[in-house]
Amino acid sequence: MQSGGFPWLTLLIFLPLAGAAALFFVKETSVRMVALGVTVADLLFSLPLWWLFDASSSQMQFVENVLWITSPSIHYHLGLDGISLPLVLMTTVLMPLCVAISWRSIDKRVSSFMAMLLVMEAAMIGVFAALDFVLFYVFWEAMLIPMYLLIGVWGGPNRLYAAIKFFLYTLAGSILLLVAILALYFQGGHTFDIVQLSQQTYAPQLQFWLFLAFFAAFAVKVPMFPFHTWLPDAHVEAPTAGSVILASVLLKMGTYGFLRFSLPMLPDASKSFAPMIVTLSIIAIVYGAYMALAQTDLKKLIAYSSVSHMGFVTLGLFMFNQQGIEGAVMQMVNHGITTGGLFLCVGVIYERTHSRQIADNTGLTKPMPQYATLLVIFSLSSLGLPGTNSFVGEFLILVGTFLWSKIAAALASLGIILAAAYLLWMVQRVAFGVPSPHHLPKLTDLNRREMATLIPLVVLVFWIGLFPNPILSRMHASVTNVVARAAQSPQESPTSTGQLAPPVEPAPAAQTVQSTEAPRP
Amino acid sequence: MMLSAHDLFAILPELLVIFAACAVLALDPITPAAKKDGLAWLSLGTMAICMGLTAARFGSPTTAFGGLVVIDNYSCFWKLLLYFVTGLTILLSLPYLKEERIYFGEYYGFVLLALSGMMVMVSGADLLTIYLGTELMSISLYIMAGLKRADAKSLEASVKYFVLGAFSSGILLYGISLLYGSAGSTQLPAIAAAIAGRSPDDSLLLIATILIAVGFSFKLAVVPFHMWTPDVYQGAPTSVTAFMAVASKAASFGAFMRVFVEGLGGMRANWSLMFLLLCMGTLILGNIVALVQTNVKRMLAYSSIAHAGYALIGVVAAGRLAPTEAASAISSVMLYIALYAFMTFGAFAIIALLRKGGLEGDEIEDFSGLAKRHPFAALLMLVFMVSLAGIPPTAGFIGKFYVFMSAVHAGLTWLAVLALVFAAISAYFYLRLVMVMYMREPEAGTALLPRFVSSPALSIVLACAIAGVVFFGLYPDPIVNLATQATLTLK
Repeated sequence: MQSGGFPWLTLLIFLPLAGAAALFFVKETSVRMVALGVTVADLLFSLPLWWLFDASSSQMQFVENVLWITSPSIHYHLGLDGISLPLVLMTTVLMPLCVAISWRSIDKRVSSFMAMLLVMEAAMIGVFAALDFVLFYVFWEAMLIPMYLLIGVWGGPNRLYAAIKFFLYTLAGSILLLVAILALYFQGGHTFDIVQLSQQTYAPQLQFWLFLAFFAAFAVKVPMFPFHTWLPDAHVEAPTAGSVILASVLLKMGTYGFLRFSLPMLPDASKSFAPMIVTLSIIAIVYGAYMALAQTDLKKLIAYSSVSHMGFVTLGLFMFNQQGIEGAVMQMVNHGITTGGLFLCVGVIYERTHSRQIADNTGLTKPMPQYATLLVIFSLSSLGLPGTNSFVGEFLILVGTFLWSKIAAALASLGIILAAAYLLWMVQRVAFGVPSPHHLPKLTDLNRREMATLIPLVVLVFWIGLFPNPILSRMHASVTNVVARAAQSPQESPTSTGQLAPPVEPAPAAQTVQSTEAPRP
Repeated sequence: MMLSAHDLFAILPELLVIFAACAVLALDPITPAAKKDGLAWLSLGTMAICMGLTAARFGSPTTAFGGLVVIDNYSCFWKLLLYFVTGLTILLSLPYLKEERIYFGEYYGFVLLALSGMMVMVSGADLLTIYLGTELMSISLYIMAGLKRADAKSLEASVKYFVLGAFSSGILLYGISLLYGSAGSTQLPAIAAAIAGRSPDDSLLLIATILIAVGFSFKLAVVPFHMWTPDVYQGAPTSVTAFMAVASKAASFGAFMRVFVEGLGGMRANWSLMFLLLCMGTLILGNIVALVQTNVKRMLAYSSIAHAGYALIGVVAAGRLAPTEAASAISSVMLYIALYAFMTFGAFAIIALLRKGGLEGDEIEDFSGLAKRHPFAALLMLVFMVSLAGIPPTAGFIGKFYVFMSAVHAGLTWLAVLALVFAAISAYFYLRLVMVMYMREPEAGTALLPRFVSSPALSIVLACAIAGVVFFGLYPDPIVNLATQATLTLK
């Protein structure tokens, strides 16, 4: 682990915090500009990490390690590997867009709103960068209050219910995580260091309980079926920026948790629980897609599509092979971009028609051709059209699943077909349907601000769709590390052999998949 | 027994506080009404001097009066906390008493007398010394609870507190006498030596332990001995409520842990089971009943009951751990109470701040739209509520973290899980207040109220509370180290 050097991650975390504090002293009229400036600066500071990152190493990079609390020794320990790097960058890319989309739609208590967004940004980057378990937990929990306020203060009509539901669900999930962290401390050699904890072996019985505790925290956040019921409520009531943050970043923390903690620390338990997770994932994929078909509210439709798409991520993670996990990480990033784009699109139209109902927003191609184009692009990306970003992730996940079980892969593919159904049907009505007459006169196409908000995501959709290798190559070493760790499984418990234990593909096989897949578009 | 200079010097802070209390009482009749504030400043000055004296003693333990009083790090830790809280109480009282139209110079005298009782409690190494301190504290508090003489609720609180308090003192005293009969001494080290090696089923010893535990449980407001708390907390003037909820609880925990760890350590298998049951009951009832409160002071009363439950987890763990490891569990309780002091005091200070004219300002509805009317007060209350709910990065999380850590260390993982479940439940009622402040419009009537004008004294109180909550949430090392150095060793 290289230590020292420029404290990039501290800068990324504390710049938004400082910005949030500064907003209290800024004139109400310039609050938006300052918030935008801070998030853009954060983005600019995060970009060098992309090139400074050493893709050949599976070690943590940009490491900062300072003693924070002496007894027990808790460190302010940050670092990135190939798994967290894309997620951090995704966060910094999305945040300026969240500020931009709230430019007009948030008109009361603007400075508090922007401050909440900035605090969220700091906490989210902190979660992905933390390498000390307690520090991770602090960031993980610290996010709850700003998100609660974002939904509860600036949300829709039913916001109070949605906000408290979101809060209690996630809090209830994460309390067990704290106990698990403490138990790990006493069982894992009196340390909270994530890297060290990941290199140790724990008794199967302990792994079993720890896995359940981790599962409670992460499954609620993902959210996995049947813990997903907070998501549609929170999405629908949250302001657009809140929905984007929720869907694009917050949900990823659950899957990131599985990948960072459950798989490397508890490989045996992960394997014995894999059938359950896979089942739940497939249920989520199909059920989420079915629910999405039935929705008349655009945000609810996208919320259920998130349940479905996140099902793919958990499915890929618990394949324990290179393709599955790399696909899962890709899907995490892609879902962030695509769903973020879709929510931004809903926000744009909501500002104009003040309705999220599909029935109220039909036939937009005529009055808003540019908007309709972008909506179609994001929808196609969401349904995994080759050439767009989501295809890469879903394809890799399905390959990984196929290696494990053909039936599971077949069932999961159902989700892709259903995704095509609900998204195309939505597009058919919203973009190409019969225009709803009472809205037509006042509909104007995207202004420059909205264009600038959506275009970066469109670029990413195609860039990742056509050239996924820069991301894949950066995560490759780290994923190999996780796969190897999961494969070691030195304590083969009798239950976790025969029925489970998927074949672990050697790395070259993964290479071939990438190389056959990458030039396809 | 001769009084020696050493003895007098050892209890110099106590003497100073009592002297100041007498001075306040004596000066009160001859002070013109316009200058009554001077009495408060006199009391504050005493706090500052005592803080210096006690801080200087930290690290050089000694005993006095033939072992009746110990001045060790443990007592210094509690005393420093008590001076701090008393200082905040005095500052809070300055504007609050004017608002309440309570013009008694004696008020500050009672605060100081109660403080001296608390100091004796945490310094006492003899059951009777501790009992004397407890009584001095309690009697002062009975009077203070009833200071709103025109308010029936305040009088009810006072009488209720007195009756139940006297009852519990009797139980405590009965326990002490039985223990004396069994162990032949009232001094804690002698008791520890006498009961060492005795069977844990020794019935006399067991009854004595139970009675003493019950006596302290009343003072700590532990379920099922908590019934007085909500009424007293609601009825008493808010500054007194804050003082009771924080200082009296801290002193009671200080004395309680010393008695059970230093005196009755040999019975720890018994008492840790007993406190485990009390702790579970407290966590469950405190948090559940708080859910349905409509009055913020009542809600905070139940919350303080629940917090005593969290602190008790550390006591239970101390009884379960090996004697060498119990110290960390005891220090986690000390840390918990110290951090609890900041957030609870801050919350009560906000309630006191909302007291205006005819409006009591302590119903949850009174907080409607506070974020619009007074954004800064709402923000502070938000932080205190978040901290009480134990969400990072606030002091409340640090307190819970250490207590749960000692629970897991002692093999009580299930208790930590239970406590965390109720912590999640508690988040609901803490957040309900946040919701009312931030997500409701101000009621029509409240818009007419004069806007709150902050007084410098209140600003200092709130600044201290919020600084403690935020600073120790982000960097708890100083106070953790202090608690670690001051912890008791199980004998």
